[in-house]
Amino acid sequence: MTTKTLIEKENVVVRFVGDSGDGMQLTGTLFSDTSALDGNDIATFPDYPAEIRAPHNTVAGVSGFQVHIGKRIYNSGDKCDVLVAMNPASLISNLKWVKIGGVIIVDADTFTDDALKKAGYPSNPLNDDSLSSYILIKAPITSMTAEAVKEIFTDKKSAERSRNMFALGMLFFIYSKELDHTDSYLEKKFKKNPDVVRANKAVVRAGYNYCENTDVLPQHKVHVKQAQMPKGTYRNITGNIATAWGLLAAAEKAKLPLFLGSYPITPATDILIELSKHKELGARVFQAEDEIAGICSAIGASFAGAMACTSTSGPGLSLKSEAIGLAVMTELPLVIVDVQRGGPSTGLPTKTEQSDLYQALFGRNGEAPCIVIAASTSANSFYFAYEAARLSLEHMTPTILLTDGYLGNGSQLFRIPKMAELPTITPPLAKPNDETYQPYKRDPETLVRQWAIPGMEGLRHRIGGLEKSDGKGNVSTDSANHQLMVNYRAEKVQRVANHIPDQEVLGDKDADLLVVGWGGTEGALKLAVEELREEGKKIAFTQFNYIMPLPKNTGSIMNRYKKIVVCELNMGQFVNYLRMNFQTIAFQQYNKTQGLPFEVSELKEKFNQILGE
Amino acid sequence: MAIEHSPVQLTKADFTSDQMVKWCPGCGDHAILASVLGIFPEIGYKKENFCVVSGIGCSSRFPYYVNTYGFHGIHGRAAAIATGVKIANPHLSVWINSGDGDATAIGGNHFIHVIRRNMDVNYILFNNRIYGLTKGQYSPTTKQGQVTKTSPFGVIDYPFNPGELVIGSRGTFFARAIDNSPKTLGEVCRAMAAHDGAAIVEVLQNCVIFNDKTHAEVTDRELKEERQLWLEQGKPMIFGKNKDKGLILKGNHLEVVEIGKDGITEADILVHDATRENTGVHMMLAQLCPPEFPMAFGVIRAVKQPTYNQLFEQQMEEVKATSKIKCMDDLLNSGETWEIK
Repeated sequence: MTTKTLIEKENVVVRFVGDSGDGMQLTGTLFSDTSALDGNDIATFPDYPAEIRAPHNTVAGVSGFQVHIGKRIYNSGDKCDVLVAMNPASLISNLKWVKIGGVIIVDADTFTDDALKKAGYPSNPLNDDSLSSYILIKAPITSMTAEAVKEIFTDKKSAERSRNMFALGMLFFIYSKELDHTDSYLEKKFKKNPDVVRANKAVVRAGYNYCENTDVLPQHKVHVKQAQMPKGTYRNITGNIATAWGLLAAAEKAKLPLFLGSYPITPATDILIELSKHKELGARVFQAEDEIAGICSAIGASFAGAMACTSTSGPGLSLKSEAIGLAVMTELPLVIVDVQRGGPSTGLPTKTEQSDLYQALFGRNGEAPCIVIAASTSANSFYFAYEAARLSLEHMTPTILLTDGYLGNGSQLFRIPKMAELPTITPPLAKPNDETYQPYKRDPETLVRQWAIPGMEGLRHRIGGLEKSDGKGNVSTDSANHQLMVNYRAEKVQRVANHIPDQEVLGDKDADLLVVGWGGTEGALKLAVEELREEGKKIAFTQFNYIMPLPKNTGSIMNRYKKIVVCELNMGQFVNYLRMNFQTIAFQQYNKTQGLPFEVSELKEKFNQILGE
Repeated sequence: MAIEHSPVQLTKADFTSDQMVKWCPGCGDHAILASVLGIFPEIGYKKENFCVVSGIGCSSRFPYYVNTYGFHGIHGRAAAIATGVKIANPHLSVWINSGDGDATAIGGNHFIHVIRRNMDVNYILFNNRIYGLTKGQYSPTTKQGQVTKTSPFGVIDYPFNPGELVIGSRGTFFARAIDNSPKTLGEVCRAMAAHDGAAIVEVLQNCVIFNDKTHAEVTDRELKEERQLWLEQGKPMIFGKNKDKGLILKGNHLEVVEIGKDGITEADILVHDATRENTGVHMMLAQLCPPEFPMAFGVIRAVKQPTYNQLFEQQMEEVKATSKIKCMDDLLNSGETWEIK
């Protein structure tokens, strides 16, 4: 045994990659949960293929899970400090994500001629010098796993199933983590199969001891600094679950049944799956025959008095366009969640992109304004789903909530709120037998109409997609009335700005550069700006969550800075929207459409370049 | 699902809306409206508990002419909208009005699925075999060979028979009626209202402007008694001016026979049973058409089966009764959580 020195780090990124069936998602989750329990802040991001089980040992079948742990964590990290690669295909496809000088742990047993050939390696990278810029650990994981469980499982297949736990054990040693959380997880998960519990526990320990007892890692035992987080009860949550829970919370607060009409689509399906579980909370979930039926059933449910939602991703939003127009015309509350992915068409279903802002703002026939808001972290998806429901219900206007594949599938620590702390939601319900009720009579201040729900006495009325007469709501083709109603619908959405918070800016008022983002890019942008500020640069940052309407102080912020760069994972949809709204301001832009989140390093480089100009 | 009844007897006037009915004079839709206005007070639910939903087309103007809660949707989507209404509030009586284009072309997917699920809705399909509101293009039920604005050389599409679609989609209720026969239309609507589950009534409806007399081969005064078979539960399938014709099951198909000829007596005639789960005879009845056969009218199929909404509510009650999670605070704090002090 060699004595390991302990070094301290602010944060580290670990990436687990292997074949689709290798259990990388579970390994990563156990590592991140353990770190969270140990006081680290965390963020995770899965990187899984579109195929369910592509051929074994091929690049197409590689599944990954990245974990970022430490003191200050805003995103799932750029390049990794440690890559765990369970086969050659996962190494060849993920090497680009490893920091120069970083650690690569491979299962050396899997580097057979056949697997190397399938992965596309001309020669074995473990034996040539191609990995000399990294610290390469060639661990015989498969054979040591088999050895560790030989008393429990004699067949190769059962034995090899726990390989991922060996890698996890190694990581636990390297980052000085306890094994108890994993033990209790295994005990719970495999309650009915004590042999599996015993085997997995033995393998985690075998991996741990392998690092402790050998000198594969002479200098690496690391303590990752704990985060300074506000007091409270925390949990780990993905953006999709947070979105689902935010909707549930809003329905409870508004005292309305939640209705979700939805059709499965990557990467939004988890919202449908999650809400399907919560019949106990009265969630009325309908898996529709298609995207159109998803939203149309939600519109019917909204007419019938539910807090109605539909969830989808880009192509599904396209299919829902006509029905969103119907909700605009009937002025019914409706939350449309779009977990964006790479487009156009089927595009990149499992990859992230801020693809649908134009579609959300403009993708309908006629003058059809909706409220558009965006979540900006996995955890705050809860609050923005809640906010989407609040605004939609209180302003009787369909609201599009934009999240994305990165937020939806990624996870973060979430400080659990108390329901009593959340803002009230008061939908403008009509009063039964109100003789003055008219379907399109508006509140003079907000221009919001009242919601009369079928079953309520004395309020029978008919609404629909044809233009409505002001007040009475009868079908009208009158030209002056149409102009009036178009104006009302636009102005009603603009006045939502009176009911949302001001836009906040991080950094100095006299900064040389304002960095602007919206939605899911917040983590990387904020970290890049904070690091530059720590390096003494005069740079400020603002991330938009409220897009239609924009916060009222947006113009005054934009006019304050000499240089503004708008960063987006598309070709400039938000920057053009800003140009439309603030025509005298010269916006610069930084865009990327590679199906990947921003890296902090590329952002810093870009900002430094602009600052230097 | 219990729907609250009106404490007072309602009349047709309670359901007549103040809107001008804008269908063409002579349009079959007027008769369908009159039947529905006649049936609603009879059903006896509180007037606020009816919800009428439609898509797009002449038939879909229906909600404006009935004084209930009404929703005029978008083309083809009435069934999907109505599904949301019914799931959100199972204590409403939900009615859909749709045409052959709305239901079987643009809305075909929603049509088959609302039936498959046995959603508890009443669906009146106005079949005039033409697109009327867009002024005369062929629809999925237009006869092959017919010249229309978009088939100047004759339609080459094979038409849908709505009854086959309903039964093929696991329908629990299918009936057929004719716009110009208010009595039978009323009876069919009454049976539809009494059925729990997706109840579909196809009304052969005449479009006087763009497809006049499309159903004349069965509705013509001279022909109707020979060409209409009105089915009654438990009664033999007899038709004809002199009530001397009937249907028998020969091998695996139906055949027309004459009572009193070749030793055939009334006892040989097939007896109608709409409640049989087996779709065989119902499908054959739905398919009958002249000139070889009469067309079948009345309730062809009415099978009892739990509705989507009953199963939905039952499941929700069961889950609520057994779950430890009673409110959002419980859910937020469930599973793995930890304190930071």
